[in-house]
Amino acid sequence: MSDSLSQLRRITGDPTLNFRQKEHALAVAAENMLPYPPLDVETAAALDARLICDMYEGNAPYKPRYVLPDYEVVLKNGSAHLELPRPETLDEAINTLQIAYHHVPSVTGLPVFIGHLDALLLPFCDGVSDDDLYRKIKLFWRYIDRVLPDAFLHADIGPTDNRVARAILRVDAELKQIAPNLTFLYDPEVSGEDILRLCTDNIVACSKPHIANHPLHAAVFDAPGYGIVSCYNALPLGGGAATLSRVNLRKVAEASDSEADFLDVKLPRYVALAARLMRARVDHLFRRSGFFEGSFLVEEGWISRDRFTAMFGVFAMAEAVNHLQDLAGRPGRYGLDDAANAIGHRVSERLAELVAAEPMEHVWRGVAMLHAQAGLSNDAGTTPGVRIPYGSEPDPVTHVRALLPHHRHYLSGVSEILTLDETVRANPEAVFQLARGALRMGFREFTANVAGNDLVRVTGYMIRLSDVQAYNEGKTARTNTTSLGAEAAAQTPILNRRPRVVGLELAAGAGA
Amino acid sequence: MPLSDGGVAADGPVAVVSRLLTWSVVDGPGNRFVLFLQGCNYRCAACHNPHTMGLCDHCGLCVPGCPSGALTMKDGKVVHDPDVCINCDACLRVCPRHANPMVRHLSVADVLALLRENAAFLSGITVSGGEATLQLDFIAALFAAVKAAPDLRHLTCFIDSNGHLGADKWAKVLPVTDGVMADVKAFDPVRHRRLTRQGNVRPLASARLLAAAGKLYELRFLMIPGETDDADEIAALAAFVTELGLKTRVRLNAFQHHGVRGTALAWPKMSRQGVEAAAAALRAAGLQTVALPAVWLP
Repeated sequence: MSDSLSQLRRITGDPTLNFRQKEHALAVAAENMLPYPPLDVETAAALDARLICDMYEGNAPYKPRYVLPDYEVVLKNGSAHLELPRPETLDEAINTLQIAYHHVPSVTGLPVFIGHLDALLLPFCDGVSDDDLYRKIKLFWRYIDRVLPDAFLHADIGPTDNRVARAILRVDAELKQIAPNLTFLYDPEVSGEDILRLCTDNIVACSKPHIANHPLHAAVFDAPGYGIVSCYNALPLGGGAATLSRVNLRKVAEASDSEADFLDVKLPRYVALAARLMRARVDHLFRRSGFFEGSFLVEEGWISRDRFTAMFGVFAMAEAVNHLQDLAGRPGRYGLDDAANAIGHRVSERLAELVAAEPMEHVWRGVAMLHAQAGLSNDAGTTPGVRIPYGSEPDPVTHVRALLPHHRHYLSGVSEILTLDETVRANPEAVFQLARGALRMGFREFTANVAGNDLVRVTGYMIRLSDVQAYNEGKTARTNTTSLGAEAAAQTPILNRRPRVVGLELAAGAGA
Repeated sequence: MPLSDGGVAADGPVAVVSRLLTWSVVDGPGNRFVLFLQGCNYRCAACHNPHTMGLCDHCGLCVPGCPSGALTMKDGKVVHDPDVCINCDACLRVCPRHANPMVRHLSVADVLALLRENAAFLSGITVSGGEATLQLDFIAALFAAVKAAPDLRHLTCFIDSNGHLGADKWAKVLPVTDGVMADVKAFDPVRHRRLTRQGNVRPLASARLLAAAGKLYELRFLMIPGETDDADEIAALAAFVTELGLKTRVRLNAFQHHGVRGTALAWPKMSRQGVEAAAAALRAAGLQTVALPAVWLP
């Protein structure tokens, strides 16, 4: 049997995947039997050497990586294609959304964005009692986790303090499910501290929600707005991201002679090659895949062809900076030393300049958006995005202050996770202080894990430690991300580090 | 006055600081900036920070064992270079005085600058130790400066103390102090002297004084198996808190081996079960707030 047939055979016989997970894995394998979009020799060589990486999105992109439909369209108009009338009641609205989700593609095969749920549902809540609202949200939440079991699936709430957001936070803390992942869009002028405190209390209970700095994000995007999806990617609403490619900063540093060589020669070179890779993939999606021509989402206005950005990811900043320090004979380490941190900040600034200077056809606003990428579950020897390496993190306040200057450069999101010692449970006010302080200082997003929670983040998506245990014992995982978490746990030190539980993100080819 | 003994420099009092934290969730409400001041007037066998007890006398015993060369003798003084130090704590282990050659000397202005850097993340500042109140002039000056600074006055000012301070001294600092976490190490005077080498008249008086002034944030009681976990001690604690007011927040701590040196390492660790039983007894006696350790080590 050929290698590719053996691979298919192995997938069909894998006892740890359920049939749906097998279907997805088979589809990925089949796509990758096709030839890659045409690349020049230099770009292909950099991709082979994994200095640049396509996230194993697949050889023939036939759907955007992330799709953020404007669900208000279907709630206001219904859908001719789906033969859905305009919903009138809260039950009908939730039912319409539940149907809609099944028609939204992404790289994972499941939607990564399920809407700004409070804004979508509030218009249907007049005359609905708080108790009824709570019960309905609870059923909705259970449906999402059981039917769309993927932790990349993301709901947004805020920035207002409202009944639906509160019901969602209550249910989320109570059920402690993996899906959906949740972001509260915080605006100090609009949200108020009461709901921020509810959010930080929820973090103590279940490490959710993620808190986004709404004014910072809103300033980047235009009127239709944005959504936070998957692993904390900020993307245009009514569009999304066509693709995500990334540069391995560690490898680029290892190919450099000095900081100057890195910043002036090697980084520009590999940014340019990654941009070529992205153009090839974007071109295939827009001109060869037929996605935008055949999609009722486009036809009915849920998404627009011209609102898809391309995400320019970077990772292994810590290893890159430490290597440049070694080249200079300086002992200070990234995250702990001011001089090392300053190199990192210069690298981020340089990246922002370089990425803004690479034009991209078909892409929203004509250039890619910089993203501190959280990793793949099979990455080894690299730290996600611009994070501080596992086990060497300073205390949370020092940590925030060390990373703060990076945040303004990563317009499509910077995936950072603070791990808080379990003692914080007895003092949730401290989490509130930390979150409010970080957001006030200009952190683009605030995410925290409380050590000891069964539910933890693995670089952005949530897993249950007990599920990982069961998976390792050979039981089928109900949720898609468990296998990624287990892979990350086995290949990286994510579960045996000091409090921090973070790691490398998704399985190659499976998600974000 | 040599700075290693603290004291007053030209621009005001200077503190001898063993360590500072910009993130602490166990030294009062919210996230606290904590100064651990060097030096203590108790010699508790069960201390989990014994290296904060003494003040350096520049004997130089720690210098040869410093693997990074951060410690040197200059003009008869032990000098520490924090840029070279690798924080291995080898010097702490050899010091016969339970002192710390890595202390920093910080003026009120130094601490205010550090508070300003971190203010966005803080609920307040806590001075701990050692026994913080041995450097009372510094604390009074620092807290007064915090209260006088428009950009810092929202920060609450707390002291963590063994309660040995006299009433006249408390009067100097309480007007600028928002709360005190005070210890009672034991209610049986003989036991208290055995555990700390001091009597317990002063800590009990301090707790009463602080409670009456509305400044007793928390009364702390360390449970040590075979010593302070017995029924008489718990009953005495209940009676004392009843006298102070049943709303008084009480924290039961469990003796562990982490950080402890010397004879107390031979003592058994306090079990969770024992602490929970004591908490149940205190609640049954009407105490309204009994806090337990947030984390139980295996």
